[in-house]
Amino acid sequence: MTERLTRFFASRWGIILAGAAIGLLAPLLQKAGNPPNMGICVACFERDIAGALGLHRAAAVQYIRPEIIAFVLGSLIAALLFKEFKPRAGSAPIVRFFLGMFAMIGALAFLGCPWRALLRLAGGDLNAILGLAGLTAGITVGVLFLKAGYNLGRAQRTHTAVGWIMPIFMLSLLLLLILRPQFTKDGAIFFSKSGPGSLHAPILISLGAGLIIGFLAQRTRFCTMGSIRDVILMRDTHLISGVGALLVVAFLTNLALGQVKVGFSPQPTAHSSHLWNFLGMSLAGLAFALAGGCPGRQLFLAGEGDGDAGIFVIGMIVGAGFSHNFALAGTPDTVVDGVVKVGGLTPYGQWAVIIGLVLCMLIGFTMRAKTTSEV
Amino acid sequence: MVTVDARGLSCPQPVMLAKQAVDKGQFPVEVLVDTVTSRENVRRMAERFGLNVRVEPSGDGFKLTLERRN
Repeated sequence: MTERLTRFFASRWGIILAGAAIGLLAPLLQKAGNPPNMGICVACFERDIAGALGLHRAAAVQYIRPEIIAFVLGSLIAALLFKEFKPRAGSAPIVRFFLGMFAMIGALAFLGCPWRALLRLAGGDLNAILGLAGLTAGITVGVLFLKAGYNLGRAQRTHTAVGWIMPIFMLSLLLLLILRPQFTKDGAIFFSKSGPGSLHAPILISLGAGLIIGFLAQRTRFCTMGSIRDVILMRDTHLISGVGALLVVAFLTNLALGQVKVGFSPQPTAHSSHLWNFLGMSLAGLAFALAGGCPGRQLFLAGEGDGDAGIFVIGMIVGAGFSHNFALAGTPDTVVDGVVKVGGLTPYGQWAVIIGLVLCMLIGFTMRAKTTSEV
Repeated sequence: MVTVDARGLSCPQPVMLAKQAVDKGQFPVEVLVDTVTSRENVRRMAERFGLNVRVEPSGDGFKLTLERRN
């Protein structure tokens, strides 16, 4: 029975089910209170967590997002039930930390992870096209490195307790969300009073949706970066059929809920600085490709015991801190007296994206120690 | 026969290495993996290229044997 279920989840219908579930639940989460075109955004939600912890002080984006917690825990539950919980670590963790950091800087330049890029498109935000094009460009460069032998080396099996670190970290965040301790006067934990961080669905709904998605995504290995990579690398359309299902179902659900508004500007929490939408997501795509998974996939891997994926997640959270402390994140378009004022990146943000791209290229060029695989 | 040790490697390395071995055409190709993800990915690749796949437990992971169909 377990084996039959595993084969189903590994099939094309399995991955379509996972994509459709995300495509349905994300707009519903928006309806239940999450920010517009941001029913789910792994990068933005990790950024909100960084803000709640005081790792940055952007007052509009501070909240401990239960979805992120539930993604890891849902994956953990699935991995335990199907005996796939496998503690492992040791594949160049410091590289993965910096890839996570710069992936976040790139994603926040665009204002969203690949999931949100799809959800933004499904809500009519045409800027997402530039973001998805950039994502594809970054992944294409990553595939060239993979073909040239890029490899971060093998992970090793390790102590069971290592695999529990990220789930316990997530449970600790859940406690902080529920107890809301005030460690110092006017200090952390911060919760936004206005802006996207103040918009959220009820905790139990967020947790429930997150657990379902975490469970399904662990079973099916749903990954947006992998979907594009596999098409370019091997003409394999398995994963991308899940991504297609996400986009179609999210669009139809948005239509049904009246959440579609087609155009470039103004769109909710988005800017129409096309070049930097493209380049920001190019950086993110390249970093995801070099690390072997999109931000969502890294959370699901962390839930099934992958310590290296956990390090990538921590890198993303730290990267969000830098991103807002150093004014690197994109500024949304605004409407002043009926006139659209285009947002985008500060010069610091532009330099950060360029530095990130250079760093990722260096990682790609220098880390191709051939593994001797044939024995 | 060729044996590919893809244990401990993350996506997409196991599939890439298995595919390289398949392309060399020295069958059967044995692939060692240590996660169900890699097992299913290698299996899917092999089936896509019309190969027979046999899976058995091996140590902490799995051994896939890929062979040409007669």
